Amino acid sequence: MTTAPNLDGSAVTALLDLLCPMHARLGPTGHILHAGPTLCKLRPGHRLEGMRFLEVMELRRPRGDGSMSALMAAAGRKLHLRLRDRPHTQLKGVLAPLPDGAGAVIDLSLGISVVEAVRDYALTSADFAATDLTIEMLYLVEAKSAAMEASRKLNLRLEGAKIAAEEQAFTDTLTGLKNRRALDCVLYRQLAGGRDFALLALDLDLFKGVNDRLGHAAGDHVLQEVARRMVEETRGDDMVARVGGDEFILILDGLADRTRLARIAARLITRLEEPIDFEGQTCVVSASIGAVLSGDCPAAPAAELKEAADRALYRAKNGGRGRHALHCRE
Amino acid sequence: MHGLINRAIERFTRDTYGPETWPEVARRAELGTDEFESMMTYPEGTTVRVLDALCATLGKPRADILEDIGTYLVSHPALETLRRLLRFGGVDFEEFLQSLDDLPERARLAVPDLGLPELDLHEHGAGAFSIACRGQVRGFGHVVVGLLRAMADDYGALVLIEHKGARGPDEIVEIRLLEAGFSDGRAFDLGGAVL
Repeated sequence: MTTAPNLDGSAVTALLDLLCPMHARLGPTGHILHAGPTLCKLRPGHRLEGMRFLEVMELRRPRGDGSMSALMAAAGRKLHLRLRDRPHTQLKGVLAPLPDGAGAVIDLSLGISVVEAVRDYALTSADFAATDLTIEMLYLVEAKSAAMEASRKLNLRLEGAKIAAEEQAFTDTLTGLKNRRALDCVLYRQLAGGRDFALLALDLDLFKGVNDRLGHAAGDHVLQEVARRMVEETRGDDMVARVGGDEFILILDGLADRTRLARIAARLITRLEEPIDFEGQTCVVSASIGAVLSGDCPAAPAAELKEAADRALYRAKNGGRGRHALHCRE
Repeated sequence: MHGLINRAIERFTRDTYGPETWPEVARRAELGTDEFESMMTYPEGTTVRVLDALCATLGKPRADILEDIGTYLVSHPALETLRRLLRFGGVDFEEFLQSLDDLPERARLAVPDLGLPELDLHEHGAGAFSIACRGQVRGFGHVVVGLLRAMADDYGALVLIEHKGARGPDEIVEIRLLEAGFSDGRAFDLGGAVL
């Protein structure tokens, strides 16, 4: 059987400096007898040897009374420490008592504050034990940041592409109706084709109340439901577009008859006034309509037609909610 | 092939040969896009098509271009992040060489689906090394040559590096380390990253 060789003090110190370059050896009174080379770098311009360890470091967990005996009582446990001087670097540590009350060896590590600490103290690879994973951790932090940055840029580009696609789309995503862009295309086609049609500007009444009382989810539900009803009440060749929050425009193809137009507008309003159920709550809205026949504004551009419908809508609203008005030939 | 690799070839072309060359290469390679995304995976064969198109456009042999790409990856200021990540491999050039075995594993830690070529370092004593390089694309050994030359410069080491052709599935790169501390090299500050 072989016995371990007796190591003298300086051999142990050299060994600890190599294996644990952030260790400190404390005497029975808690004074630092020796500090490892990397630990010394944390207090540049000071000589740690001879100082009381707990005057250099504050023991944060487990909390003690600042005495050496409290520190010794935490032997073997994970210690949370902080440099008393700026930049107040946080450290982790573990304390191993020496036999015969000869003090203790405490080994420290930079823990999670390592990224700042390496910068603050200009540490290099040589300041860490070869087995220490600090360098790998710093590598990972940088590598992951670079990868995240690349992903972030990709996300930004995809987001931009999505917005561009939406801008080019013809559909209102909430209701599935056509949007303003689609409306402009259809209007242009109708005018170019010279066919008769009616343009209806429809605003919901009482909608703001639903939003305020029951929230935006209820409001969205109401918009989807009125959109569905409007599509049901119109024919395949007609078009229903949502052009604002609760504003819609309908193009009714081939319509030139004022009486029929008035009947359709009245029917639409009646249909939209039917109560809408949302999660057990009843929502009631109504609608106002201003309408114009293309035949009443010969050769008028699209903008003029919309304005005529808007003026009629204004008149309808002035008469109270749930009404419709027709633009009159000038 | 991972987008990072295709993107590296694209950036090399843009940064080295100006803005007109890359669209020409992309057309020749029938990419259907003008830009690679770093964080996406592209079909096998894309990288080879791009390299062939690049050789045809520039009228240079593939080996030369690949070596230039390797040098570019380390020495171009736009890719400082990558140079730093490589410098984490060791405190001097020899330690860096010895870290190359871990390189694909290190890369995987950051980007799990990035398949880098496997590198196997052999030490022959007296500063002589060889690396067996096994990649998905033939010729990656030349990228390694360019990259090692630039890294040697970075560390300030004087080296001779030579591509010795293929041996079975491997490409062999020979390195002679003549003087580790030949020049000051470039600084590497552990805490110097701009995060």
